[in-house]
Amino acid sequence: MNPDWPLAKKSMNFRVGAALAAIADYRGQGRSYNLGLPLLPLLLASLAGNAAAVEFNQVQTDKSTLSFGYKQMGVPSDGKFRQFAAAIAFDPAKPAAATTQLEIDLASIDTGSKEGNDEVAGKQWFNVKSFPTAKFVSSSVKPLGGNRYEVAGKLTLKGKTQAVSAPFTVKQEGAVAVFDGGFTLKRLDYAIGEGPWADVGTVANEVQITFHVVAGAAPAKK
Amino acid sequence: MSPASRYTTTAIALHWLAALLIFAAFPLGVYAHELALSPLKLKLLSYHKWLGVTLFLLTVARLAWRATHTPPPLPATMPRWQQRAAHGLHHLLYLLLLAIPLSGWLMSSAKGFPVVYLGLVQLPDLVGKNVELAELFKGVHQVLNFGLLALVGLHVAAALKHHFIDRDATLRRMLPFVKEV
Repeated sequence: MNPDWPLAKKSMNFRVGAALAAIADYRGQGRSYNLGLPLLPLLLASLAGNAAAVEFNQVQTDKSTLSFGYKQMGVPSDGKFRQFAAAIAFDPAKPAAATTQLEIDLASIDTGSKEGNDEVAGKQWFNVKSFPTAKFVSSSVKPLGGNRYEVAGKLTLKGKTQAVSAPFTVKQEGAVAVFDGGFTLKRLDYAIGEGPWADVGTVANEVQITFHVVAGAAPAKK
Repeated sequence: MSPASRYTTTAIALHWLAALLIFAAFPLGVYAHELALSPLKLKLLSYHKWLGVTLFLLTVARLAWRATHTPPPLPATMPRWQQRAAHGLHHLLYLLLLAIPLSGWLMSSAKGFPVVYLGLVQLPDLVGKNVELAELFKGVHQVLNFGLLALVGLHVAAALKHHFIDRDATLRRMLPFVKEV
């Protein structure tokens, strides 16, 4: 714990600069508490002078993760994609206007074993030679109340495009916004796991996709 | 009251059930290990783990039974070193029947795949995911299993020697459906 924090919190009401410094200090301690959220109006107010709306659009790929979970023979298993490009434009004042695009390098999958990685790159799974990337393009963002939202859009995977939607939360942590959400994908909708792998009794059809995207703020690009 | 000349029906049943499970789990593990990744491999590996968990539980039950029931004595004609060797071998077999499933469970945990007994009961992970540890436990699991193979071979050979060469009652003590001698 940072013993200075209660004092910093008090001064926040009077001096934005001091408060921001406190956050910077706080983040320096490696804390990840959601301390930025109460500061958001102040942060925006402090930037209001230069007219341009601030939005979170600087995705920090190294801090963002895209993972998945599934069951095989009833055994919960998980993995992640190491490489993906994410574009986000999220203005807390106009959440419904937010947009996002994700492009996932399917060959960067990490299933936890080399044997597994080689297998899912193959034709019966992702067929990465013919379909190296998956793409998600948002079409709408709907506020669900509080810091909860739902993004809807089209997911293209292995040559098939389907509508998907995912609830997510936005938390401001200092200067960045953290987007956490996920949805359940049915792998057979995209022919992921064909032939003998189509047996959902062994590898379940449901795959839980989880994203954690960290983005910094910048004036809106327009 | 003279000591029983045979193991109890329960002890006999548990012994042969354990034998059956070992003779299923061992080749299943070797075969599944050799298979390329496929749904069949995932199924067989799961069955192998279920058999291992069952064997562990069975061994605990057998030890509890053994602790509360005196086994029939070995033939008095048997040299002392052979009696000691027989007891030592039995202890080692019990030890392996506990250590082998444990090493498999450790390997599974370290590989990042929890063991879900019968596809229903998820066992807690003993260690976190760790590639080096997984390789270590895999080696331990293999070495212990080949140890088990050797000891079971010795165990069977000794039983057959008693039955066919010494022509004593050692094996009959453990055979089902045999009348009291």
